[in-house]
Amino acid sequence: MGTIVFFIFAILAIAAAWGVVTSKNIMHSALYLALSFSGVAVLYVLMNADYLAAVQLLIYTGGIAIMVVFAIMLTLRGEISDSNPENRVWGWGALVATLMFIMIAFVIYTNADWRILATPWTSGGSAADISLLMLTKFMVPFEAAAVLLTMALVGAVVLAKGVKVSK
Amino acid sequence: MNLSNLSNLSVGLSTYLLVGAMLFCLGLYGVFAKKNMIAILMSIELMLNAVNINFVAFNRFIWDQKVDVHYVLTGHVAALFVIIVAASEVAVGLALVIAVYRNRQSTNVDELNWLKW
Repeated sequence: MGTIVFFIFAILAIAAAWGVVTSKNIMHSALYLALSFSGVAVLYVLMNADYLAAVQLLIYTGGIAIMVVFAIMLTLRGEISDSNPENRVWGWGALVATLMFIMIAFVIYTNADWRILATPWTSGGSAADISLLMLTKFMVPFEAAAVLLTMALVGAVVLAKGVKVSK
Repeated sequence: MNLSNLSNLSVGLSTYLLVGAMLFCLGLYGVFAKKNMIAILMSIELMLNAVNINFVAFNRFIWDQKVDVHYVLTGHVAALFVIIVAASEVAVGLALVIAVYRNRQSTNVDELNWLKW
């Protein structure tokens, strides 16, 4: 059962990612991106990371994908059906990405340590467990992340809106 | 949520890593091949997502029952920080796209060459 669900959603995520990079219409790319993120969220559930799956749906599918859609609508010019073209050297990009994939796949399949199945999971993954970890062992990175998010918020507003020059 | 039935995995670690590698390489291709700045940002998001899959997969498959129960979720926390950084990156990135678009009326990265001498 888990295997069937895994393959359905893994193939969904990869096919949607393929749609993101090959679609000619950039709005379709953005919607494929949301689909790919949702497929990955199901993979998180299969790996007992319930909280991360919820975060993935909330932040990636709900936040980032919608923000990308808004940015596309704000910057759209010309014909929508040809809004996401490839550049002149896309062949080289495809070559490099394919070689990279072959190399990673080779490493994965020749490493015997990674050819393992899962042992039963007994150690949570819920919001309570992760928040406990964030407020004890990872408190400093957690606060740094809070500062980073505030800076990003201010920076995004300043960049997108512009600053009024004072006299 | 009791999903223990569903998640008695018969899929190994290497299959998860392979899914992550495929997503990563599709994102890499998008970064190399796309003209539109927003498409490049979307490809970067795909790559960050692939890295998250690897974090969670390693955390799920290579864990030690003897370790204190509150410390075995380190991979989840790493993935969470990647999500935080990705969210700030896409916010600032899209603000930059809009700022550039306001000045140059274009989101084509091939035209953004005014730092070239």
